[in-house]
Amino acid sequence: MSAQLLVEVYVFVLAIFVGFEVITKVPPTLHTPLMSGSNAISGITVVGALLATGSGYGELSTYLGLAAIIFAMINIVGGFMVTQRMLKMFKK
Amino acid sequence: MFQEIIIPIIYLLSAVFFILGLKQLSHPRTAFKGNTTAAIGMLMAIIGTVIKTEIVSYDLIIIGLIVGGAVGVVFAKRVEMTSMPQLVALFNGFGGLSSLLVATAEVYKGSLPATFTLSTISLSILIGSITFSGSLVAFAKLQGLMRGSPLAFKGTQIFNGLLILAVIVMTVFSILNPDQLFDYFLWIIIFSLVIGYYFVVPIGGADMPVVIALLNSFSGLAAAATGFVIQNDALIISGALVGASGIILTNIMCKGMNRTIWNVLFVGIKVSTSTAEGVQKTAKSYEPEDTVVIFENAKQVIIVPGYGMAVAQAQHMCHELEKILEEKSVTVKYAIHPVAGRMPGHMNVLLAEANVAYDKLYDLDQINPEFEQTDVALVIGANDVVNPAARHDKSSPIYGMPILDVDKSQTVFVLKRSMNFGYAGIDNELFYKDNTIMIFGDAKDTVSRLVAELK
Repeated sequence: MSAQLLVEVYVFVLAIFVGFEVITKVPPTLHTPLMSGSNAISGITVVGALLATGSGYGELSTYLGLAAIIFAMINIVGGFMVTQRMLKMFKK
Repeated sequence: MFQEIIIPIIYLLSAVFFILGLKQLSHPRTAFKGNTTAAIGMLMAIIGTVIKTEIVSYDLIIIGLIVGGAVGVVFAKRVEMTSMPQLVALFNGFGGLSSLLVATAEVYKGSLPATFTLSTISLSILIGSITFSGSLVAFAKLQGLMRGSPLAFKGTQIFNGLLILAVIVMTVFSILNPDQLFDYFLWIIIFSLVIGYYFVVPIGGADMPVVIALLNSFSGLAAAATGFVIQNDALIISGALVGASGIILTNIMCKGMNRTIWNVLFVGIKVSTSTAEGVQKTAKSYEPEDTVVIFENAKQVIIVPGYGMAVAQAQHMCHELEKILEEKSVTVKYAIHPVAGRMPGHMNVLLAEANVAYDKLYDLDQINPEFEQTDVALVIGANDVVNPAARHDKSSPIYGMPILDVDKSQTVFVLKRSMNFGYAGIDNELFYKDNTIMIFGDAKDTVSRLVAELK
């Protein structure tokens, strides 16, 4: 195990705790928007997808990356927009 | 210098925005702002990545961003609120697929990955694939493309266990024989996809809230696993946040059914087929018009929506009924069971769409003491969540599940298509109670006839 990996494990574990602390006691009214919103956040894999597509690896990796960008972007744009649509209804 | 310091700081800021966004998303007043905050965080992460010097060509990146973004816009604009569970299931799946693709791209990028990296790639592919194929099954079930009821063969769990073992073995082989790396990873992907399929197939429609919440969590964990593969903290932090959020929702859903996650995923509800009941029970049924007097003389009416309301698209009519009753100075409240519908918060979204004020929606704990002072409980397409057997019948498969005590109100109207059993495959003793009256037919049609008669 390298030192870098150890730091990453630290970050992961602490982030899980932050997640629990931040999201406990969410009211049932917001369960669906919270889910679609957090789902959009999981589109963060777009970062990896961009690197795989643009870094000049082999052809296969580049196209796998392109497909990953597309699906991650559907997730991100669709997720945030639909959440916004729902939350607008709750505002009324 | 710029690359090494500024970009990590951009990633850090984006993670901070996600945390703030999620925090705001969990309170009604700030939720709208929270969504924007999180979206800004995502924009920063994307900008922080495209300015990296590692990125040498932009053509495909631009195509990908535009195509994906445009498809996302279409999905978000077109979807009906009643189809929200399907959409969330599909998006969960896309999140998983994208992690799967990134991890696979890492295998085929040319240089041989280090031993440890191979195991994280394998893990990332495993979680990403389970999320992807599992979500597609959930989507198909919700969309009615696949039977919603539990489908399973004996030993599904053992089969899946063996497949997970096979994935581990293939990963070890790929480390030992790096020259056949590609073949091994192809098998890892196939096995993982099959695991996801058989993971969700045995789970029935009414357990979908748990499954969707869990797959939501998986989509985050898949992103985090990918973060370990490409050693990127932004992915690790955001993935962990989503993973935690999904687990919290999963937990809430399980509590709503008084079942453990293990029970939901691997045991399922025992569908009792014994119909050999000693006494022939009869339920009373009225036409909607017959009930008007009871509504007019009521002081308090509690509406209990379930999945049937979503299917019939009856939410707008419910709001009409609520308005007309309030004009006659009847108090109207809505009782929302945590697992009503097919995803966490499903009923709340539909009622919000129909302009029902959210302070009229009450949780189980808030509303249950009120049924005793309620004149009419109007159950619209809910079944197992109002079955009194859960309180006292130890032999019932849903015994112990917290239910809405509608039977304690003066009169209970149950809107239903027919006398068919609920998801649990059990009869509902509520229907045969003296104070219960069934109104058969399409829920939307029934409520609109009621509204017309009350006018």
